Amino acid sequence: MNPSENKRSIPFVKHRKKFFTFSVVFLLAGIILLFTAGLNLGIDFQSGSKVEVLANDTLTADEVEQQFASIGDGYEPDEITLAGDNNELAYASFIGTLSQDEIAEIQTYFGEQYGQQPNVSTVSPQVGEELAMNALVSVLIASLGIILYVTIRFEFWYGLASIAALMHDAFFIIVVFSIVQFEVNVPFIAAVLTIVGYSINDTIVTFDRIRENMSFKEEITSFDDLAEVVDLSLNQTLVRSINTVLTVVFAAGAIFLFGGEAIRSFSFALVVGLVAGTYSSLFLASQLWLSWKWKSIQRNWNKPKKEDTEDMEPEV
Amino acid sequence: MIKKWRIVTFFVIILGLAGVISQTVMGTAKGINLGLDLQGGFEVLYEVSPAEEGEEEITDETMQATVSALNQRVNVLGVSQPNITIEGENRIRVQLAGVENQQEARELLSTQAELSFRDVDDNVRLTGQALQENGASVGFTQANNPVVTLSLKDSNKFGKVTENIINEYDSPNNRLVIWLDYEKGDSFREEVQKEDPKYLSAPVVDDPLYRQNIQIEGNFDVQEAEFLAEVLNSGSLPVDMEEISSNAVSASLGEQAMDNTIFAGFIGIGLILAYMIAYYRFMGIIAAVTLSAYIYIVLLIFNWMQGVLTLPGIAALILGVGMAVDANIITYERIKEEIKTGKTILSAFKAGSRRSLSTILDANITTILAAGVLFYYGTSSVQGFAVMLIVSILTSFLTAVFGSRLLLGLWVQSRIFNKKPRVFGVKENQIHESQ
Repeated sequence: MNPSENKRSIPFVKHRKKFFTFSVVFLLAGIILLFTAGLNLGIDFQSGSKVEVLANDTLTADEVEQQFASIGDGYEPDEITLAGDNNELAYASFIGTLSQDEIAEIQTYFGEQYGQQPNVSTVSPQVGEELAMNALVSVLIASLGIILYVTIRFEFWYGLASIAALMHDAFFIIVVFSIVQFEVNVPFIAAVLTIVGYSINDTIVTFDRIRENMSFKEEITSFDDLAEVVDLSLNQTLVRSINTVLTVVFAAGAIFLFGGEAIRSFSFALVVGLVAGTYSSLFLASQLWLSWKWKSIQRNWNKPKKEDTEDMEPEV
Repeated sequence: MIKKWRIVTFFVIILGLAGVISQTVMGTAKGINLGLDLQGGFEVLYEVSPAEEGEEEITDETMQATVSALNQRVNVLGVSQPNITIEGENRIRVQLAGVENQQEARELLSTQAELSFRDVDDNVRLTGQALQENGASVGFTQANNPVVTLSLKDSNKFGKVTENIINEYDSPNNRLVIWLDYEKGDSFREEVQKEDPKYLSAPVVDDPLYRQNIQIEGNFDVQEAEFLAEVLNSGSLPVDMEEISSNAVSASLGEQAMDNTIFAGFIGIGLILAYMIAYYRFMGIIAAVTLSAYIYIVLLIFNWMQGVLTLPGIAALILGVGMAVDANIITYERIKEEIKTGKTILSAFKAGSRRSLSTILDANITTILAAGVLFYYGTSSVQGFAVMLIVSILTSFLTAVFGSRLLLGLWVQSRIFNKKPRVFGVKENQIHESQ
């Protein structure tokens, strides 16, 4: 019944403790890193100042950037958006609040350049913060829904392991962004959500194979029996796992290389997440399921014994 | 015996598909509204002042309440993803993309939407506070004229109001005048003379009406009635908003954002198709056809929904492409496995399709479930992502499961590939006929 019992099978289960240790260490280091280095939050998540530059002619983002640079050091806008029918207006956003002196300097400079003093106003990060909070809460609720569905269709331990993998993948991206200090903005949230979706799809496909192979097994009598099923399933789905992640990496990689500067951090997050997602479905999710399932089987074995002894007691 | 007509059917389907897609794809793609991040849009800057004179000053809370009311008005479908920000103490900047009728959008935004019921001397009898939340809807009279139906919180209150009107006024002044955004100085007696009065309607009250539901019958067409119901449902603004300026805005991701993304998208999809064909041979070609159909159908549906495509939407689309490819890969791997066990091509195809279906179904349902939660609880970008993801998964299920099966089935059942496992990327020596 099991067609691909070839000799080149990879022992995924054997080294599971190493992978568990690696992931736990990585995630702990990640937590420390988040508290120390933190994330490089963009204007979406930090309050700042917005300068409205009005010129007589069409402006470009580069031009505005150069103008700010020539005022002096430190005037590097975090984001520039053009507006107006002929792009004669530019909004330059700065993280942090500009001081009175800085505002005066900017206003004088552009007043001389374009004959009009720009408006400077403060902006609040409320929109970005709310969105991040909203995404987090929605994902948590969705996780509960996934556990429920998977418990009905599969079994509780599959559900729990798939959520563990999902959380791992999402957190992995955040940690990597803390390491490389790329800017975190609203598109970043979209990338994390995408990986959450990818991760769940990937894990469920592997689990489906484990479930199928479990149904062929007459009885599980030892840990090795169970481990054999997991190894077989992972090897059977290996080609599919690799081919699928490769095709998605093609799409994300193309956007990373050719999509332009503005969405580079977005596509980078996608690629990192895909790597994490593949790692977790090959080396974490099924192994976690294996450990938990084995413990629950053992508990089941112990249970009837206990009942027996309890039944015996009154007679003694 | 090769059944040629099945192969002919295949080519007819392919040609038909290619014809439809090549004829309409440009129109469909151009018809899609792009979001603020990719293409820009227009923006209006409002200055906020207290709704009525003498009221307390604008606080942070009133600003927040105004922003959420605006968000609700704009975001009826959850696909337009506006950008609404508070600037300084009393300014709100609203940026919208993909709006065809700017004037209508402006009205929708700035209308205070404060409903009031007054007598003919313009004294307030009942305010919008008496309305039930989300209780407005559009209905039709027997003469097929549109009416707006409202639910009230308390039927007694409305009954009392109508009773008072009957007691205080004689015909023809026993009217209850319904105003939207009554402003100081507006007068029923002046407006009633005009051809196009400012109030919504002024029904004559003959009997006291102790009812929960009331109908507003005005001189409006269906669109106006829908507009009215919509603004009443999204709640009245706690403030007065005055337009200071309005501008076109360009793409927030930079001028080249859209061109770059489209270019990168084509390269990515090209690579995926090439890889699929290289790895899965003939089945890869089928995958290429169904993937092209998938992308076309997603764009078509998104166009029908009048959605606004933003970067999060594109992210969901990429995930959708991934899942569509995945469905193909799962099926093909399964078919290859079955061929390797020594089954005939036809029974391997049947068994492979059947077994992969439950896998794909479970994976897709789990993801759609997550997307559904994101849609329900999410706001703006999160919701936009979820909408696109749901559309993508449903479409990918249609094309990658049923489309793929149909097209591949035509070839397999024509028997042209009998005893030719290499077409499916399986070498003869990989087949173990022992079982």
